[in-house]
Amino acid sequence: MLSRLAEHLYWHGRYLERAEGLARLVNVNAHLNLDLPGRIAPGWEPLVRITGAADLYAELYDDEFSERQVAKFLIADERNPGSIRSALELARDNMRATRDLLPREVWEQMNGLYLRISEQISGNLSKRRRHESLADLILGSQQIAGMLMGTMSQDHAYDFILIGRYLERADVTTRILDVRADDLLPEQAEDVPAFESIQWMSVLKSLTGYQMYRRHVRMRVAGPDVLRFLLRDRLFPRSAMFCLKALESLLSDLPGDDDSALRATTALMRHLDSARMVRLKGEPLSEFIDRIQIELGDIGQHISQTWFRSAPE
Amino acid sequence: MDLNDYKVSEFYDELVTPSGRPRAAARALWKYLKSLDSEEIAERKLACEVAALVAGITFRVYFEDTGVDRAMPFDLIPRVIPKKEWDVISEGLEQRVTALNMFIDDLYNDQKIIADGVVPADLIAGSENFREQCRGFSPPLGIWAHICGSDLVRGGDGTVYVLEDNLRIPSGVSYMLENRQVMKRVFPELFEDSGIQPVDEYPAQLFDMLASLSPRPVEYPNVVVLTPGVFNSAYFEHAYLAQQMGVELVEGRDLVVDDDNKVFMRTIAGLEQVDVIYRRVDDAFIDPEVFRPDSLLGVPGLMRAWRSNKVALANAPGAGVADDKVVYAWMPEIIRYYLDEAPKLANVPTWKCSDPDDMKYVLAHIGELVIKPANESGGYGMLIGPHSTKKEQAEFAKLIKADPRNYIAQPTLALSTCPTMVPGGIGARHVDLRPFILSGQQTFVTTGGLTRVAMKAGSLVVNSSQGGGSKDTWVVDTEAAGRAGGKS
Repeated sequence: MLSRLAEHLYWHGRYLERAEGLARLVNVNAHLNLDLPGRIAPGWEPLVRITGAADLYAELYDDEFSERQVAKFLIADERNPGSIRSALELARDNMRATRDLLPREVWEQMNGLYLRISEQISGNLSKRRRHESLADLILGSQQIAGMLMGTMSQDHAYDFILIGRYLERADVTTRILDVRADDLLPEQAEDVPAFESIQWMSVLKSLTGYQMYRRHVRMRVAGPDVLRFLLRDRLFPRSAMFCLKALESLLSDLPGDDDSALRATTALMRHLDSARMVRLKGEPLSEFIDRIQIELGDIGQHISQTWFRSAPE
Repeated sequence: MDLNDYKVSEFYDELVTPSGRPRAAARALWKYLKSLDSEEIAERKLACEVAALVAGITFRVYFEDTGVDRAMPFDLIPRVIPKKEWDVISEGLEQRVTALNMFIDDLYNDQKIIADGVVPADLIAGSENFREQCRGFSPPLGIWAHICGSDLVRGGDGTVYVLEDNLRIPSGVSYMLENRQVMKRVFPELFEDSGIQPVDEYPAQLFDMLASLSPRPVEYPNVVVLTPGVFNSAYFEHAYLAQQMGVELVEGRDLVVDDDNKVFMRTIAGLEQVDVIYRRVDDAFIDPEVFRPDSLLGVPGLMRAWRSNKVALANAPGAGVADDKVVYAWMPEIIRYYLDEAPKLANVPTWKCSDPDDMKYVLAHIGELVIKPANESGGYGMLIGPHSTKKEQAEFAKLIKADPRNYIAQPTLALSTCPTMVPGGIGARHVDLRPFILSGQQTFVTTGGLTRVAMKAGSLVVNSSQGGGSKDTWVVDTEAAGRAGGKS
């Protein structure tokens, strides 16, 4: 298969997952702000930082981090290459370049989703309409994944979509944990434990993981357990470990002698397995997540070097 | 369908005689159409539209925001040609393309035809598509135009003329193939015992021809289709042909030429050598090392790979020199010179503005003639005298005087018509025909070709880029019809 097409499919997988992940990220933050009393609510500034867009935000807006402004920046702003709108557009454009490889209905679904959502989110979004649009986007992304699974031959073309999707999903899940890892609780507050549980519940819910957590962990929602679940669980499809396991199996089926991407993946799985979750909170958790994200970035580099750049440019 | 209402035009009609009776080859079709009531017709029309949509027959017009595909109108009444007549046309096309290939090969090498005074030297000097970079080279078998699409029209007296030859990157064959698929699905009963010759052989013939060009003597040469990309108006056809032949559809950036002049494509398993490229990218863009340096569609080094015989290009760069409308004017002489035969297909009488007497005539009769620039295609940049204003005529007169070499003139042809579904019933619409001729070890001519139809009453413009539609084209063997089965 042509490297160019493989690369387009890979980036389609990444961008669609990114759009969905951003929608989940905005939702978890909105819920946190609703559930927590104002004095310990996280506000909206951390989201800008976590998506790595602090400089651009400062340039486009001011240092005002109102909900309306941050949400607009993250959802609809075309000037932000990391916005949901931009990710969705890139997901569509990358799929368009490969539409002859895909079932026609999938392309129509992708194109329709892009057109519908970008129309909905243009202009001023009320909170309610914002929530509806984001829910629509998450559902649409899930539909595309389902249609592909149900109608596309599971060849290398399909594999590259999945590789992009799982790599991005691992990244999204760790970023969502970063929202929580952020130093948002005053250390000695008396009512902290009660709120802590609420916060971790909203993290789980944003990843559609609350029910699965309850079924599999069978414990009250507590920080280290949630971390363990979202980073290390081998059955929950949005946990980092699940994504890496899927990547490991996909990468080992690809042609070529260069196994650097595979080795980087197994190394990261080992790091996740050996981390002591109980100690991970606040600053150390943030550092740990940064490290995971750097390693995920390395896997992406190796994939690109191995399968998309088979000759000097 | 009430076919008695069909008004036979003053032009030659492909299906109906001037007295309103169906021509022999169209009799079975006519009888069948007559037997359908208007509801059945509407039903079939809808089925055609749906089938065409599902099959993805779309002429791609790209709109910035939506990437909408605009469907190319498809008319459900086929155009019928008797097999006996087609066999003669087909021979004429083979003759013509053979002569064209010899002519191109001669132009890039010894130029004997000029030395012998048959055509003037300025034919090349003034040709926009003559590629200096192809001088002194001859591709295998001396063939330059492996795929040729010639446009045929029928005049008032029933004579079939060649209107032009497209030797660069002719398109439309995918519509020919898909139109037949749609018709078979919607009118299966018509295809039983009716002697309609199949057209589906084309992709296999195309592949065999391309594979036969491989410079490497391998059992399975690597053939690819090179497209400018998804935004090209013929992208659907590029993807379709690649799919039908089972070969990779590549863009310029997928290919790389090494120091040994070999061409490779970049795959997830590394570099894979390419032997034959069916390129659907214009000459000027195929190799930034040689042609337009700003081209992002091409492959740096492709020309040196081709000239050192490491890869075959179909069509060969430079083949477009014979696309020139002025070359067209010399075709009868060219055929006689190389083949020592009389042309089997008629050329439309043509005035060459480079000839002072011809130019004088053209300027005096500009309101009656069709004026064409030498190197445009797709129906752009021409003047249709009888449909033009005085102001347009004056503008063209100025253009001709400034650059006489670049213009030819032809009488307005009374293009033949074919019954066509129109709002409110059935009407006569002008048609042309584009057969495709493949040249390799053997020559292959499509059975019929793509019939294009001007959807507007009276219009002569059939180009899809300007709103033309298409029809299925039946070459009918009336002697074979009914032989196989018991039906009469």
